[in-house]
Amino acid sequence: MSDAPSRRTIELTVNGERHEVEVEPRKLLADVLRQDLGLTGLNLGCSHGVCGSCTVLLDGATARSCILFAVQADGAEITTIEGIAPSNEEMHPIQEAFWEQQGLQCGYCTPGMVLRTVELLRENPDPTREEVREGIASNLCRCTGYQFIVDSVIDAAARLREGEPDGHVRPLIGAEEAGSEDDHANPAPAAHP
Amino acid sequence: MATNPRTNTEIPLVEKPSDLKWIGKSVKRVEDPKYLRGLGKYVADLGFDGMLHAAVVRSPYAHARILSVDTSAAKAMPGVRAVVTGAEAAEIVDPLPDSGPAPEQHVLRVLAVDKVRYVGEGVAVVIADTRYLAEDARDMVLVEYEPLDVIADPLVALADTSNLVHDDLGTNIAYERTFTFGDVEGDFAAADIIVKDKLHWHRCAAQALDNSGAIAIYDAGSGEMTLHTNSISITSFSFGLAASMRVASNKLNMVPHPSGGSFGARFSNWRTAVTAALGAKVTGRPVKYSEDRLDHILNGDQHSSDRYYELELAMTEDGIFKSYRTDVVDDYGAYIYLGVGTHGNAMAQVVGPYRIQSTEYRLRAVLTNKCQQGAYRGFGAEVANWAIERIVDKAARQLDIDPAELRRKNFIQPDQFPYHIPTGNLYDSGDYERVLDHALDEFDYAGMRAEQERMRAEGRNVGIGIVSCQERSVYSATEFWFWFDEPAAEVTSTPEGVKLVVDPMGNLNVTLYSTPFWGNSSDTMAAMLLAEDFDVDPQTIGIDYGGTKGGLPAAGPGGSRLTVMYAGAIRGAAGKIKEKARRIAAEMLEADADDLEWSDGGFQVVGSPSSRAEFADIAMTAHLFATKLPDDLQSGLEATHVYDHPYTTMPSKDRSDLGSFYPCMGHACHLAMVEVDLETGGVEILRYAAVHDAGTMVNPRSLEGQIIGGTAQGVATALLEELVYDDQGQLLSTSFMDFLMPTAMEVPELLIGHEETPSPITEYGIKGGGEAGRMMAPGAMSAAIDDALREYDVHVTDLPATPERILDWVGQKAGS
Repeated sequence: MSDAPSRRTIELTVNGERHEVEVEPRKLLADVLRQDLGLTGLNLGCSHGVCGSCTVLLDGATARSCILFAVQADGAEITTIEGIAPSNEEMHPIQEAFWEQQGLQCGYCTPGMVLRTVELLRENPDPTREEVREGIASNLCRCTGYQFIVDSVIDAAARLREGEPDGHVRPLIGAEEAGSEDDHANPAPAAHP
Repeated sequence: MATNPRTNTEIPLVEKPSDLKWIGKSVKRVEDPKYLRGLGKYVADLGFDGMLHAAVVRSPYAHARILSVDTSAAKAMPGVRAVVTGAEAAEIVDPLPDSGPAPEQHVLRVLAVDKVRYVGEGVAVVIADTRYLAEDARDMVLVEYEPLDVIADPLVALADTSNLVHDDLGTNIAYERTFTFGDVEGDFAAADIIVKDKLHWHRCAAQALDNSGAIAIYDAGSGEMTLHTNSISITSFSFGLAASMRVASNKLNMVPHPSGGSFGARFSNWRTAVTAALGAKVTGRPVKYSEDRLDHILNGDQHSSDRYYELELAMTEDGIFKSYRTDVVDDYGAYIYLGVGTHGNAMAQVVGPYRIQSTEYRLRAVLTNKCQQGAYRGFGAEVANWAIERIVDKAARQLDIDPAELRRKNFIQPDQFPYHIPTGNLYDSGDYERVLDHALDEFDYAGMRAEQERMRAEGRNVGIGIVSCQERSVYSATEFWFWFDEPAAEVTSTPEGVKLVVDPMGNLNVTLYSTPFWGNSSDTMAAMLLAEDFDVDPQTIGIDYGGTKGGLPAAGPGGSRLTVMYAGAIRGAAGKIKEKARRIAAEMLEADADDLEWSDGGFQVVGSPSSRAEFADIAMTAHLFATKLPDDLQSGLEATHVYDHPYTTMPSKDRSDLGSFYPCMGHACHLAMVEVDLETGGVEILRYAAVHDAGTMVNPRSLEGQIIGGTAQGVATALLEELVYDDQGQLLSTSFMDFLMPTAMEVPELLIGHEETPSPITEYGIKGGGEAGRMMAPGAMSAAIDDALREYDVHVTDLPATPERILDWVGQKAGS
């Protein structure tokens, strides 16, 4: 390849904030989020779409940003781990549960695990341990052996069911898009560059 | 009091401290919120102005001469700032640190120069504006190779001098020696029964989710090299790395950053460091080299042990073990840069928890055309655990005795500690029978045996396996050199230093000098240890990390040493601060310093608790009121402390005794119940129990996290993960599609129990526990599979026990 690659302008709404980004068509969504938007919470583990460290919510559904071109996400609403906590003082109940249960060790898979948990508990607010294991089997963790992640998800489910002290059940991020997740959910894997 | 017979030093049997406030409590980890928010900042997340990116050109051949490297087309590509060949690199940087035997005869370079020795070895590096552009240009580097015959099988290579991995070495055996401890020959001659076994532990790797990465920033003005790295080897021994980079040792600043897991795989990481440094020296700009998964699997210097064992166990007719022989060939791959240290780890606990009075260890370390070994949780001791537990199981079957009872019969007894095993290493304390009974109880062994028989009566292939294993912790430097009759230096230091600073408000900040975090809770451990000393909440402790520049002596993590070493260092620093605080308090209270006692966050007069100075007030005085201090004291309240290895003894000249080099000896009993599907060869885990004794526990929940995570890795080693090379030296498992990392569906839900036999030689009685789980699970899983397939007389001899291997073993027995 000799010519400089052509660039395209795409629009991404990330954690509620709208961005216009000029990207090479071959640039991966993970790299655009990490390098162009500075959202380094998502991690690259395998770069093959296997491990799930790069998980983001794309129009409400989990997606692997390491095997998506950013141009494929043009127009999408994206939630990354940085967009989960309600404030800098307060964490999301799922994050609180992971902290309480030591559902993380090195933290590398954690953003993906937390976002997968968002999706999992939206689909099944009261899962059994077996259902949690099956549900998080999409994401690899090398440290924990998963048992305390299962504890965390069960704890998070209870926290979310109980809701806030004032009785208001906190809506999960992405819940509003739950019915319209077809457009961008699980697009066909792209070839590894 | 028990007396160590060889040094005449008394090592008391100790009780677990009973008056602890924080140690022993499962507090939430202090480091977690930033990782939960995605703010952990791994090295791959960092950027610097003008930073360039490196991509490495890799050999497609396992063994080939490099005839030419043409970089002209690559250099003309857009955004390319430099392309450096192996030969050019050798003019700019020196070989990588290599603690192997005769490193000048198997020179480890950042890039290959004359020939390539494994698939994936680097031959050139491209430095460009982005990783994308660097990878584009990488494809334009033209390398001409002359393929050579591939050296793939270590059992062939060890006898073949006609085809060599390293011509200068004159052989493919990098190290060979037989160590004999005690009267092995006599014990074997007197034995009633000799059990033999032949095993192969295949190659795998830690594969932390985060790969190795480094960013080098070279200041041509000062000659200073700053290295941002996720290596866990950020120690006062980094002068070797500085030499590789050709910078002065005091001008290399390794800056620690968190790593997304290690399990040994972030140990050393010299290759990424020197790759980045090479790029920085050539371009004068910051250069990042972040391995991707393919880089790491092919060329990350971190493959595991790959061992072929022949074992013999001598015993009496009633099953009392007498002597144990190990003959092991280890396939190191193309280089041996960490030496044979993984076998030192094996010899630290080679006889397991058993009263075996003599032992022999023959090692042949062989070089082949594969990626070199590094470290993986257990560092070779986990393989030796599997080996001895395999042959003990074989003995139990031969004697037709319950495997739990055969183990019980041979345990070292509680009143025999401190206990020297035949190799000379000290086991500081233990109560193995108590751990066994606890585990049998946790598992409901009798109940499960009955359940197993019920299931087997239904035609199901259900088995139960049990192992009792050691977990050595806190290594000493003697294991670096006892291999050689004339070592270059008989070093004995493995220190760990900390700096503790109290601010005017009485808040504490501790500086740790090895590495920040790789999933191990080092912040939490340090915070809890300080909380214990100063009666504060661990969440209030400030923690930071010193780099190597101006750093205190530190040997870094490895061999499950850090919690023990931090405990010693923090205790020491806290003691110094409290001594100064006591004198200041005495001045404040107009009392005699000797009449003061520390109580609940302050000093008070013994017997008169109302006469009291709070620590915050003492700190304020220390910082702001110099005239109120005793005359010989200066302002401020800070201390450093370096803690040395708690118990090292020297090896004997003839190496019939290696001395005490890994004395803090943990122990565990694992039980697994599995079902094998003879249609598929698949193994399902039905029940799993683990009881561990790591001495006094600091944070039980964190320790359990290590045990469960380590067990998951051990199960994966037993069933799933293998780095498969074909006979042409091509690595067939180069991604997570082929290297099968377990998901939540493949690992067991553990029943966990603890015993706490405190170490008599460490602060609070703590022993290391970081490699727990992986040191036991392979043996437990192997034994359970054996038991499930007992009518086929299956004995698991190869790990991982893949479906293909299991069906093959069953087929062999069924066919014979």
